Amino acid sequence: MIPAAFDYARPETVDEAVRTLADAGEEAKVLAGGQSLLPILRLRLAFPDLLVDVGRIAELRGVRRDGDHLAIGAMTTHHDVIHDPQVRAHVGLLAAATATVADPSVRHLGTLGGSLAHADPAGDLPAVCLALDAELVAIGPQGRRIIPAREFFTDYLQTSLRPDELLTEIRVPVLDGWGFHYEKFNRVSQAWAVVGVAALVRRTDGRIAEARVGLVNMGPTPKRAHLTETALAGADAASEAVARAAALAAEGTRPSNDLSGSVEYREHLARVLTRRAVLAAAGMA
Amino acid sequence: MAHISVNVDGVAYEDEVEPRLLLVHYLRDRLGLTGTPVGCDTSNCGACTVDLNGASVKSCSVLAVQADGGEVTTIQGLAVGDAWHPLQKSFHEQHALQCGYCTPGMIMAARDLLKENPDPTPEDVRHALEGNLCRCTGYQNIVRAVLAAAAELRRHGAPEPRGVRSDVPSTTGQEAPA
Amino acid sequence: MTEQLIAPEVGRSRTRKEDARLVTGQTNWTDNITLPGLLHVAILRSPMAHARIDRIDVTPSLARPGVIAAFSGRELAAELGSLPCAWQVTEDMVLPDHPPLAVDEVRYAGDPVAVVVARDRYTAADALEDIWVDYTPLPPVLDLEGALAEGSPLVHSGKGTNRCYTWPLASGDYAAARAAADVVVRRRYTQQRLIPNAMEPRAVVAAPVASSGEYTLYSATQIPHIVRIMMSLTTGIPEHKLRVVAPDVGGGFGSKLQVYGEEAIALGLARRLGRPVKWTESRSEGYLATHHGRGQIQDIELAATRDGKLLGLKADILADMGAYLMIITPGTPLLGAFMYPGIYKMDAYSFTCTGVFTTKTPTDAYRGAGRPEATFAIERTMDELAAELGTDPLELRRRNWIQHDEFPYTTIAGLTYDSGNYEAATDRALALFGYDDLRAEQRARHDNADPVRLGIGISTYTEMCGLAPSRILGSLRYAAGGWEAASIRMLPTGKVEVITGTSPHGQGHVTCWSQIAADALGVPFDDVEVMHGDTRVAPQGMDTYGSRSLVIGGVAVHRAAEKVVAKARRVAAHLLEASEDDLEFSGGTFTVKGSPEAHKSIQEIAFATFAGHDLPEGMEPTLNAEHLLDPDNFSYPHGTHLCAVEVDTETGRVRIRSYVCVDDVGRVVNPMIVEGQVHGGVAQGIAQALYEEAVYDDEGNLVSGTMADYLVPAAPDLPDLVTDRTETPATSNPLGVKGVGEAGTIASTPAVVNAVMDALRPLGVRDIRMPCTPERVWQAVKEATK
Repeated sequence: MIPAAFDYARPETVDEAVRTLADAGEEAKVLAGGQSLLPILRLRLAFPDLLVDVGRIAELRGVRRDGDHLAIGAMTTHHDVIHDPQVRAHVGLLAAATATVADPSVRHLGTLGGSLAHADPAGDLPAVCLALDAELVAIGPQGRRIIPAREFFTDYLQTSLRPDELLTEIRVPVLDGWGFHYEKFNRVSQAWAVVGVAALVRRTDGRIAEARVGLVNMGPTPKRAHLTETALAGADAASEAVARAAALAAEGTRPSNDLSGSVEYREHLARVLTRRAVLAAAGMA
Repeated sequence: MAHISVNVDGVAYEDEVEPRLLLVHYLRDRLGLTGTPVGCDTSNCGACTVDLNGASVKSCSVLAVQADGGEVTTIQGLAVGDAWHPLQKSFHEQHALQCGYCTPGMIMAARDLLKENPDPTPEDVRHALEGNLCRCTGYQNIVRAVLAAAAELRRHGAPEPRGVRSDVPSTTGQEAPA
Repeated sequence: MTEQLIAPEVGRSRTRKEDARLVTGQTNWTDNITLPGLLHVAILRSPMAHARIDRIDVTPSLARPGVIAAFSGRELAAELGSLPCAWQVTEDMVLPDHPPLAVDEVRYAGDPVAVVVARDRYTAADALEDIWVDYTPLPPVLDLEGALAEGSPLVHSGKGTNRCYTWPLASGDYAAARAAADVVVRRRYTQQRLIPNAMEPRAVVAAPVASSGEYTLYSATQIPHIVRIMMSLTTGIPEHKLRVVAPDVGGGFGSKLQVYGEEAIALGLARRLGRPVKWTESRSEGYLATHHGRGQIQDIELAATRDGKLLGLKADILADMGAYLMIITPGTPLLGAFMYPGIYKMDAYSFTCTGVFTTKTPTDAYRGAGRPEATFAIERTMDELAAELGTDPLELRRRNWIQHDEFPYTTIAGLTYDSGNYEAATDRALALFGYDDLRAEQRARHDNADPVRLGIGISTYTEMCGLAPSRILGSLRYAAGGWEAASIRMLPTGKVEVITGTSPHGQGHVTCWSQIAADALGVPFDDVEVMHGDTRVAPQGMDTYGSRSLVIGGVAVHRAAEKVVAKARRVAAHLLEASEDDLEFSGGTFTVKGSPEAHKSIQEIAFATFAGHDLPEGMEPTLNAEHLLDPDNFSYPHGTHLCAVEVDTETGRVRIRSYVCVDDVGRVVNPMIVEGQVHGGVAQGIAQALYEEAVYDDEGNLVSGTMADYLVPAAPDLPDLVTDRTETPATSNPLGVKGVGEAGTIASTPAVVNAVMDALRPLGVRDIRMPCTPERVWQAVKEATK
């Protein structure tokens, strides 16, 4: 299939991109790596008038340390995230989850910022960034603002980015000392997750001091399993305690009923996968 | 229309294209480089895989304008004169193709793997090819062929090393010590 | 002796002649073809499963720059005719009209309604958006049993029924067998609809030669010869004015064993516009427009004594035809009718199949075509019977299968299996599999209540392939025969051209036919060229499907080569002034017995016949021969497949732990190619067992409508297979060969599902519908253990 016609702009700076978006209004779409957008355009599920290609804006790429955060440029490709030494050392969860996104060729062009702005709840990275308490930096005509991940994903494929704003950077807290695990359950290797669980666990002397659990595809937006997290805080690092906490993982979720899973099955998977992910992250698997 | 200049298989081209023109259609319909086929419209099958600026991409999911200023290598640019690339040889020798429609994409994706991981395990190969579908072979001989080509390239030195290489991260781990 | 000893070509793993252009991208796929003035066709398709077309207005599309023409179905109806069905399976079969473009009513989501022709494919795609169609929705017909119920909406209202046909087969007294049985196992299985997914989407180019009324049709087809005949009948282009070419074809698996509306549309447009036109489907368009496979409900009864002797089998099938009958839609399930008894001896067999119309994409042949369904039913049910009797499933099979010394054996379904050795294949498979160790591990996991269970699945299959003896096809009311043509031309320089009527699309005929011809003629492998797939080059043939090419087409090459050698022998005798009986032929050279210095090579004879200076009295010049081979019998490959799976009862995920297949495909021409066919065949059978399904919603929309939703397995989703062979030559042909193209697919689906069931039966699970998705497995475990 073939996309409908559109105009094309390729700004070279963030300022130029923001100006282009502001001038274009609602009918413009940002082209990041295009790995979600191009199939959508080819199937004619979207008809933007203008694509603003931000792929050549050098300042949007790369990873740098910024205090107790890593600042990852929105146009850093999945491939570069996976292989970045700082990401791997300090935010290994992100590298691990990114390595399960699509396939290597898609990961060469697809970007972290593009995945987050696309906000597909079946995508791996929105829930991971939610679990990491990442912050998303947006720049628009009104300037720069920082959006916490928990306020970024507003509905199915919807974010709190305004049409004239560009996602420029993802700021991820360095979680040194935490254990992590990403548990993705899909039917064939390149399929989207039926359910995925991103777990982060900090242990102190035989106890789980703190845990964070992000859920993929358990509702129109990525979710945190708050009840599970609360139950795990201060719990014994024992498999029974983890199992009890994981049994709460589906509370408050609103998964869809579709070709790859029913609501009931997804809720079940959320519980099982949360238990497995937390045990693995806690080094108890 | 947008102006693009692209180097494809060592030849420089300048063209006016519609922004919506897919790279694969630019290769096939404008340049006549029909060695790269189209197998799907959702970027699942990987038949159209080419190398763009040193990394494999699915040319059905890239706009020609995104390749502006870039270098593209297709299956038709791999052989040097009559000398096939080791992957082309090993696919032939290991019977890693039947109908051959997926073969250009398979070879381009496998070539990308071997640039980063010159000594893959069979499982590495299977995962590296997860974005490339084959309906004829059941993949078993494709895995054999990639392993055979990897061994051949190691013996003779990979012709186009990418340098940076790290393993695919495990799904479980520990962040740096606090 | 001057005789050269040449290692025989047949039996060697020759690397393929086909590969050079495929690995370098020098291919000739239909979509690659460009011609001066080529126009591009796009087809507007119904978004609804069933609706009346009230109005179509194509004129807005004509205003778009670059659009040459646009037509509704009504405008082209007279010149496009109705698409053919070649298999009137019963006298009273309901055969609806099938216009290539719908006229009054659409009957499946994807039914074509209008067509645009434009200067390029982008403009053609845009112009589809300009066409207006008003539909009045009609009720969809989706469920096979519901479609037959009183008061169901009708797919073809003029026909008064959704029942296409009912076809019976009975042998022995099933009622008596059932009455005498101690045990009767009854099961219902669903064969889900599958989408074949050849990697090359379909494409068609139709080119007119305006001055002469001739047309060339390039099509991504398995059957150029049949397409030529059928397109001539459909479009009215005289057969001798129509050339059909199958260029490089990227896989078929039955999906290109078809005469498609787009072929008629392309020819019709080329005729109307006087310009060449091209149509290429996108993948998601193909999911609607290219026929589907399987789609059956099977009610099976197996009757046996308490000590496990089979008495009788009953199979009642509902088969989903989809909305129209395509080339062999109604006959496809009947290709399985003779296979339900499998390799087993029994006294009685009763079979009925009822074809049912639904408002879905038409079904037709998909790899195995009727035989995978039959094999699944019997092999699944043998395992169920073994469980019922508390017997080892292999032991039950041994007790009932045809022993190797009982061949040829006429089965209860009336087929005569010419050869086989089920004991040998099974023993070999067991040795490779480690059956006893896996059984021990299975018990241990069960005893420890391990959440991950182990299961072992068995499939001891046979199949009938090599379609087919013409007299049998005739008795089944198929419109054509099953013969195959081969010609051999020895060129003046001693090189060889083989022309075959088979039409390969990945199988490797060029390589294998070269091996066969090289052996028979005593010429080097590299001196043989094989030509195919163009009705002007290979004017006669019945094409490639049903694992027929080697056992009919390859054997025809062998027979034609024998004729060449026979003629060459006459010439050699003449030139050497010897009697034909005194000549030995070996390694391509005729030698006079006892006079080794007196010899002529076949290449020398080729030149002598070309020159024609000194030939036996009355002999025609040149050294050519043709053979048209109509087989006496089908081909019956068989084998034993063993599959071990791990089933995670918490998530329902099934992982194939090991898979052993020992196949007996008779004498093997090229072991490497045979192994490749098994690999690919097994992969597709596993895909049916675990991954793939064409899913429709309640309105009749195809929900699994893109490759992102229809799960074709990738490399990480499939296991490494352990393959081996036993070799029991076929007695029905001089090469001793059997078909192999479909065997793996036929064998593997029940092996995998039997393994899943074997893992879960101790938990009380009775059945899981295919594909055995994690959710279905989890549900089954949950219901069994609650």
